[in-house]
Amino acid sequence: MGGPSEVSRRTLLTRAAALGALAVPGAALLDACATGGGSGNASSDKGTVTKDNPLGVKVDAPLDVVIFKGGFGDKYATDAEAAFKQKYPKATIKHTGTQTITQQLAPRFVGGNPPDLIDNSGAQQLDMNSLISKGQLTDLTPLLDAPSFDDPTKKVRDTLLPGSVEQGQYGGKEVYAMNYAQNVFGVWYSQAQLDKYQIKYPQTWADMITACETLKGKGIAGWTYAGKYPYYVHFAMYGMIAKIGGLDVMKSIDNLEPNAWKNPAVKTAVDAFAELAAKGYILQGSEGLTHIESQTAWNQGKAAFIPNGSWVENESKPTTPAGFNMAVGGPPSASAADKLPYGSTWSASGEPFIVPKQGKNALGGQELLRIMLSKAQSQNFAKLVSSLTCVAGAADGIQLPPGLTSANALLKAAGQGVSNPRLPDWYPDLEKKSLGQNTGLLMHKELSTADWITRAQAAAADAVASNSAIKKFKHSS
Amino acid sequence: MRHGRNRFIVSFLAAPVAIYLIFVIWPYVQAIGLSMTDWSGLTPTQDFTGFANYIRLAHDPVFWLSLWHNVILLIVLPLITLTLGLFFAFMINVGGRKRKNQTVAGVRGSKLYQVVYFFPQVLSITVIAVLWGAIYNPNNGALNSGLRAIGIPSTISWLSDPKLALGCVIAVMVWWQVGFYVVLFSAGMSAIPDEIYEAVLLDGANRFTTFFKITFPLIWDTIQTGWVYLGIIAMDGFAIVQIMTNGPGGPDGATTVVPFYLWDSAFNHGQAGYGISMGVAMLIVTLLFAVLTLRFSRRERIEF
Repeated sequence: MGGPSEVSRRTLLTRAAALGALAVPGAALLDACATGGGSGNASSDKGTVTKDNPLGVKVDAPLDVVIFKGGFGDKYATDAEAAFKQKYPKATIKHTGTQTITQQLAPRFVGGNPPDLIDNSGAQQLDMNSLISKGQLTDLTPLLDAPSFDDPTKKVRDTLLPGSVEQGQYGGKEVYAMNYAQNVFGVWYSQAQLDKYQIKYPQTWADMITACETLKGKGIAGWTYAGKYPYYVHFAMYGMIAKIGGLDVMKSIDNLEPNAWKNPAVKTAVDAFAELAAKGYILQGSEGLTHIESQTAWNQGKAAFIPNGSWVENESKPTTPAGFNMAVGGPPSASAADKLPYGSTWSASGEPFIVPKQGKNALGGQELLRIMLSKAQSQNFAKLVSSLTCVAGAADGIQLPPGLTSANALLKAAGQGVSNPRLPDWYPDLEKKSLGQNTGLLMHKELSTADWITRAQAAAADAVASNSAIKKFKHSS
Repeated sequence: MRHGRNRFIVSFLAAPVAIYLIFVIWPYVQAIGLSMTDWSGLTPTQDFTGFANYIRLAHDPVFWLSLWHNVILLIVLPLITLTLGLFFAFMINVGGRKRKNQTVAGVRGSKLYQVVYFFPQVLSITVIAVLWGAIYNPNNGALNSGLRAIGIPSTISWLSDPKLALGCVIAVMVWWQVGFYVVLFSAGMSAIPDEIYEAVLLDGANRFTTFFKITFPLIWDTIQTGWVYLGIIAMDGFAIVQIMTNGPGGPDGATTVVPFYLWDSAFNHGQAGYGISMGVAMLIVTLLFAVLTLRFSRRERIEF
């Protein structure tokens, strides 16, 4: 194409541009470099709104879905996609199941062609904080206000468990994530094992120590934990802090308030875990185990208790022996002075589904979510992966596995005493790295409670609160 | 004529220079540019923030800790690896007992050792990290089991102890690298003419003198090259830290290194601009290291 003179002119122009860019290293250069993807807003095609199609999905627009294929697998999602396909036969669906969400999707976000729906979960999840602060996610309010799949007279928002909409809010009214799975955190154990040693699940810390001593006599460790990812310990510890000092203690910690960690409730709870380590109630070598290895050791009966979340039942399925009778207990009471009664625990919806703003078919992504939030798909999820969804009463009338039954019961017992620490999703770096590593040291007797608290406060107050590069969030109430 | 020759030279140089500029120099320039932005790594555009990332870097204790670990690696890794490599290579090639018809020979079975030492080089780094992760497992890992087998009731949790963790990483890196240097130095040593050895042996030199007066000076060039290679590996260390250590990068940041912290910030925490500024800082450190090594290790070359 074109004669030689045209080529040289173009080369000249390119050179001039390159020189100019080199000479003025500024925003202009930066806009031009590395990334180079489109920056315009990809407007998602809109179809006609009908009673059956309240969001106005374009019926033949292709749908691109990426699912975190971790503890829950991705069968539940492909089932929901099949339902979508049934409703919109002209649409083609591209499904990707992966554990490496960020690696797969970062280039697509940069290139301006992200998928339409992402289950942004797992260790490699996309950083929500930065996606939101750069305005890259769709506000899901229209979906929440749309009629629900099963009952057109009810809005989607009214079919959900309390708290699940808030879980998707990041300091404002907009809802950026639909957290699909309802997780119950706490102290997991095998009812069969406790029965064998005639131990009742210890509802006070004194009983916990007695139980651990009994088990120690039988050559069984009281506790194990995921030493390679020590923040797993927090799944019991944070719930205990809230139980001792009330829900506001964890809230002020989430809000990064000065001296929030200095609350005496924190000391009591952290001390309790330090005591387990000091008295040798922790399975030898736990500090070197991954979450899977620690769960396996627990399944094998080497340790009785493990801090974990309700996904553990599905995740440890391959290693769980028959008759294990998995169950979950709330954090034991430190004393009669605890603000909340036994039963209070950490429960929150997790597994955040997000709809990128630049997706070609954002409406399709939301429609798929609406289908997933239907009764049929929620029940399917509960059956497939032994976990509840954020849809209220979704599990009613179906046979649940033992762990989930127990989690359900604990949730009922907790009533209003459900804590929901937001550190893990607001400030994952702080939670997993700073605080998690400190807890690892604590459980390994390398760090005292006092130092743990000093470090936690310093990491939260200094490193995060004063870092302008990190967007801050606050509890609304 | 002259004009024709220039055109000839240019026509040969243009393509490689262009490729070099586009694929090597331009990415550097881009990286320096991006390091001055608030890029999250997930957006098509980014805002210019000047030196904010570098100022933050200067005040970031984790960065300095990571850099310090790289410096430790930079000093310790070549020292141990090269010493071991030299020792093994010498024993394989020169250090053996005197035998008939041979001026110098290696210890018995030296051929086998040469192959065995090279094994780790053949393995992928991922395999090595996973393998050693299992070896260090405090309960049923090979290390503690081995210690118990010889009567030491070891329950040391190698990777969970902040005092031991970095040492464990270094040990793996040495194990991984030493075989290559055994082979490299063997090649260097076999290039030294037998007559030189013959001469010193006639003069009554023992193995130590032979090594320090003959072998060492004559393969100095090779050692120097090895030092630079190892220095570059010491600046990295990412794969082992990421796959093998607790956290990863821990316990308590005990094994974090700059490339790991860079990756973690850029890809796990949506702070690509900040991560890239670490990369630029690392580029400067690496350049400094290369320049210093080449400057201070110059010696007279001996032709033979």
